Amino acid sequence: MDPVIFLIQCLNAIQYGLLLFLVASGLTLIFGIMGIINLAHGSFYMIGAYMAFALEPLVSQYLGGGFLATVLACIVLAALLGYFLEWAFYSYLYHREHLQQVLMTYGLILVFEELRSIIIDNDVHGVSAPAWLSGTIPLSDVMTYPTYRLFISAVCIVVAVLMYWLLSRTRLGMMIRAGASNREMINSLGIDINRLFRIVFALGVALAALAGAIAAPVSSVYPGMGNAIIIICFVVVVIGGIGSIKGAFIAAMLIGFVDTFGQVLFPQAAGVLVYVMMAAILLFKPEGLFKQG
Amino acid sequence: MQRSFRNISVLVLVVLVALLPMVTTDYYSALVVKIMIYALFALSLQLLVGCTGLVSMGHAAFFGISAYAVTLLSPEYVAGNMLWLVPAAIGCAMVYALVTGALVLRTKGVYFIMVTLAFAQMAYYVFHDTKLGGGSDGIYLYVRPELRLGDWVLLDISNSYTFYLFTLACLLFSWAFLAMLMRSRFGAALTGIRVNEQRMRAAGFSTFGYKLTAYVVAAGFGGLAGLLYAAKDGYVNPELMGWEQSGLVLFMVILGGVGRLWGAIIGAVGLILLQEFFQSSAIFGAFSIHWHLTFGLAIIALVAFMPNGLIGLTEQLRARRNRATSSATAH
Repeated sequence: MDPVIFLIQCLNAIQYGLLLFLVASGLTLIFGIMGIINLAHGSFYMIGAYMAFALEPLVSQYLGGGFLATVLACIVLAALLGYFLEWAFYSYLYHREHLQQVLMTYGLILVFEELRSIIIDNDVHGVSAPAWLSGTIPLSDVMTYPTYRLFISAVCIVVAVLMYWLLSRTRLGMMIRAGASNREMINSLGIDINRLFRIVFALGVALAALAGAIAAPVSSVYPGMGNAIIIICFVVVVIGGIGSIKGAFIAAMLIGFVDTFGQVLFPQAAGVLVYVMMAAILLFKPEGLFKQG
Repeated sequence: MQRSFRNISVLVLVVLVALLPMVTTDYYSALVVKIMIYALFALSLQLLVGCTGLVSMGHAAFFGISAYAVTLLSPEYVAGNMLWLVPAAIGCAMVYALVTGALVLRTKGVYFIMVTLAFAQMAYYVFHDTKLGGGSDGIYLYVRPELRLGDWVLLDISNSYTFYLFTLACLLFSWAFLAMLMRSRFGAALTGIRVNEQRMRAAGFSTFGYKLTAYVVAAGFGGLAGLLYAAKDGYVNPELMGWEQSGLVLFMVILGGVGRLWGAIIGAVGLILLQEFFQSSAIFGAFSIHWHLTFGLAIIALVAFMPNGLIGLTEQLRARRNRATSSATAH
């Protein structure tokens, strides 16, 4: 393989892996801390992307526009949505069996997809990248790489670092980690566990929506985009070990590379390759690479 | 006394269902065939979810693989022979279950749910991305298979009423088989695994073998349902093994009630009728095209208010009544 093409594929793999990490980290956080299997997490990715599409004209009309303002609006709205959903639906699922969690979130997917079809429509829409990011960076005489993809990677890295800092260095992060390991104990120490969970959930939703919003200019927005990513995120979470952010990061990068290079080297088998890898890893590590607790 | 009453009522019900196409229109006969196929599908999942305690979110893989197998193996313009097509199609599903089951059964709980889902998606992508089965467009099964011995045709299901009876017979056979299975020593071992796997192991059972057998048997019956589905529509596409399908059949099991085999049948009847209800434009008018919304809300409401399913409803109501009377006497 030509070294420049190899470099381009590596950059693509990193970008895809980082994006997966953004969605999967919310999923694994919600599972590890609240014990909820959230099938509807992909819908939040979809909602983020559609918000980026639908809010753009509104933001440019009322707030003076700008891509970053749109993304910021997406994040804020998604966090509010997450806060509301936790209160309205998810808080009833803590003491239920996994089976019922799977079903209720399955119902939520149907509702979100249908609301999307009612509010927007069922067509594929493109979202344009901002002008200052729509250029390309030359890699050789003929090869170039789009700046926007590098921007996605950069945003993901910043968010990952922020999240690491939040979880391991702040008081809130300490409470979250304590809540994950012993819910009753932290409650009896006088910390409002319900509010804490609501914040975690809102954070997870905001992460997924952010991923959707920044991915929208590359992938465009289309029906079923949430379902396409949620399955692969489950694979990420399972490989990484449920509840482990570090595991999710490594698994996401692994899948990014396997999937990207699989599509280049074995285009026919690309869809299956990731699952084969998952099977191979589970053969040796039935609980993922970094099992928490 | 009560038992013989139940047997008689089941018998009467079966005869009524068998005679139903005589009095109803084709639309309702087709609907009943669809319900019976899904009832069989849900029944096979009940063996895993309700009887063994394995929550599989990828059961549609076996349904779809068998449906594809029967379509791909059938000759294009003449009827294939059921004598080898049915075992071959079900065999494909069971082999896939054996290979993936050996892997997924190493995992537990949430991992199990997610890994079964992932393996079903793997099968989905094989048929979706490759030219094997016509890609995402799917392929057609032009002629339903028939049961032949040499040149002698024993059973021809091209007639819609014969097919109706054939589906009913398959459903009853599977139900009887699974019911007997659950009464056997093997079934008792599965129940033991559901209740407390650790204790079963301590009692000297190699639980892995039992679970794998249950997984493969369930796949076989799921495959039978898939085969019937392919024969019904004469068309298969990758959506048959998509995760929506797996979720749907899991929901049937829950709606009916986990634990008892016939709960799955009740759930299938309830769920398909519910779908028909929300899709009906006579009731919802123009909004019926958005039936996913009402259906999704119904799912959420059912999970929230009926955690034990339809068969648990009577007990739930009784408990509420008892509570009401005891609080009334306390005052």
